[in-house]
Amino acid sequence: MSDTKVLRESATFPADVLAEIHRAADQGIYDIRGFGTKRAVPSFDDLLFLGASMSRYPLEGYREKCATNVTLGTRFAKNPIELDIPITIAGMSFGALGANAKEALGRGATMAGTSTTTGDGGMTEEERQSSKTLIYQVLPSRYGLNPDDLRRADALEVVVGQGAKPGGGGMLLGQKITERVAEMRNLPVGIDQRSACRHPDWTGPDDLEIKIQELREITDWRIPIYIKVGATRVKYDVALAVKAGADVIVVDGMQGGTAATQDVFIEHVGIPSLPAVRLAVEALQELDMHRKVQLVISGGIRNGADAAKALALGADAVSIGSAAMVALGCNRDAFTEDYEKLGTLPGYCHHCHTGRCPVGVATQDPELEARLRPEQGANWLRNYLTTMVLEMQTLARACGKSHVLNLEPEDLVALTIEAAAMAKVPLVGTDWIPGND
Amino acid sequence: MKQFDLKVDTLRELNQYLHDSPDNEVHVINPEGRHCVAAGVNHDADVTIDGHVGYYCAGMNKHAHITVNGNAGPGVAENMMSGVVRVKGGASQYAGASGHGGTLIVEGDASSRCGISMKGIDIVVAGDVGHMSGFMAQEGHLVVCGDAGHHLGDSLYEAVIFVRGSVGELGADCVEKEMTEDHQAELARLLAAAGLDYPTDEFRRYGSARKLYHFDIDHADAY
Repeated sequence: MSDTKVLRESATFPADVLAEIHRAADQGIYDIRGFGTKRAVPSFDDLLFLGASMSRYPLEGYREKCATNVTLGTRFAKNPIELDIPITIAGMSFGALGANAKEALGRGATMAGTSTTTGDGGMTEEERQSSKTLIYQVLPSRYGLNPDDLRRADALEVVVGQGAKPGGGGMLLGQKITERVAEMRNLPVGIDQRSACRHPDWTGPDDLEIKIQELREITDWRIPIYIKVGATRVKYDVALAVKAGADVIVVDGMQGGTAATQDVFIEHVGIPSLPAVRLAVEALQELDMHRKVQLVISGGIRNGADAAKALALGADAVSIGSAAMVALGCNRDAFTEDYEKLGTLPGYCHHCHTGRCPVGVATQDPELEARLRPEQGANWLRNYLTTMVLEMQTLARACGKSHVLNLEPEDLVALTIEAAAMAKVPLVGTDWIPGND
Repeated sequence: MKQFDLKVDTLRELNQYLHDSPDNEVHVINPEGRHCVAAGVNHDADVTIDGHVGYYCAGMNKHAHITVNGNAGPGVAENMMSGVVRVKGGASQYAGASGHGGTLIVEGDASSRCGISMKGIDIVVAGDVGHMSGFMAQEGHLVVCGDAGHHLGDSLYEAVIFVRGSVGELGADCVEKEMTEDHQAELARLLAAAGLDYPTDEFRRYGSARKLYHFDIDHADAY
């Protein structure tokens, strides 16, 4: 007779690893999924703010102003982006997301005073109309890219990579390639779409500098140009992006999400957002370009604390993708039977790639998409962004700052040696910053 | 006719004029390899450029007819939407990359990745094209009157490639296909538009085998 007390799971082969080996043996192909990394990595949770005390003077909560506005793209563009809050909505494609979700993101972002961003597949009319400030992505696939949309965008974002899969191209599986998606991308309906991982008309930073010149010429130097990179060799990439002429650099940490890519890519490529911020800021400071070229950090930003810590480390703004989808209802505890049909449950779902999103966010299915009403989604996003901003202001006031951008590394300590080394702030209770002489 | 001398006038002045002015004829002299010449033109202009141009000449062109009396650097007519771009000399890499429409004619040779990611543009090259031409090409036609380098049409979607000369190793999922009368008629139209007069039966047609349209373990070696 067996005794369950003596059952011992292998640390090397825990249940999820065994299940993946069994799946691979059955199917002979890597697992493709959505969402972001599920492993624990050093994060902003490993940092703490040092609130005001005898030597620091706090601001009165609810009474003394703590500003949150930010200007992005001040380097070359005639018309920089003016935002009320330093939290933007990251690029997510129409195709990966439904039109209702894109509209909800645009409306919610506009109500909150911030920007939203197109994605692979081009600009939809819904998102242009609903977004006061819309960033238009120029991606390797160039799906849907056209000069008319370039000219009606408020900024451009040249996507070199994204945190979930730096070095990899996009995927959109056939079940999401509806007639409208296919038409926008010039592809046959229903195929498993592969997006290129490299741009078709430039191959390095010297080329990119000229490419950016072209984009500026086409848009008459009016609008800012962002460069987005997945966080890997951050110091080099940021320096090269500055050299290439970026107005704004977006660094996307490995916790960033995706609608579909190989699980091995999501879990094993790129570095977390925590060290990425510090590396990016150092690169800008070494070039005397910190605050001249604005830095946006994304990848796993979930609340006002994460955002405030990224700003304290030197970012000018943060960007949210997965968290914005969650605000729209992703993984909400509803329609449980539809989660179960996907073999999952609310709280665990990463099935964006299937197109069967139970809450109508990451789908092209009309019945499922109807579950997300744009006005409802917009309100949810607005409320969520408002909450994040209130949290940021609370923390900033506690540190005596009248603007969230006045937060600084000196306001932070680290809970772990790893986080101290990555963020280059002292280990809590010590003066020790690992790696500093 | 308005003339711009790029020894004297700036590129910004030229492009701003092309964007703002309904002037139908613009003559550019002394481009001296400058990048982004006549990029983003958005009306039915007739632009003649005497000399060699650098990167992204006629980039994202819409409606205009642009002639380069010289060679063109990388990315000529990239992402073109409509109109006609004619290069009297040779073209460097990525000619016509991701173009959605219109016609690009290269009277000399085109380098590697000609027609990469094309999305509806028609490209006619009187000479040869380099390796990886037509990579991930989605829609439109690529006509090569000379030879094509290795990996032609790699990961091709629904674009159609015609080649008159030799072809190096074909790219993944690119196959030779039957040349029907309809295809010959389409090719004749493209050659005539380019002002070229080759017998269409001297060409072979290449297209997608469509084996990579869905992830399939049996085709894993092609990925």
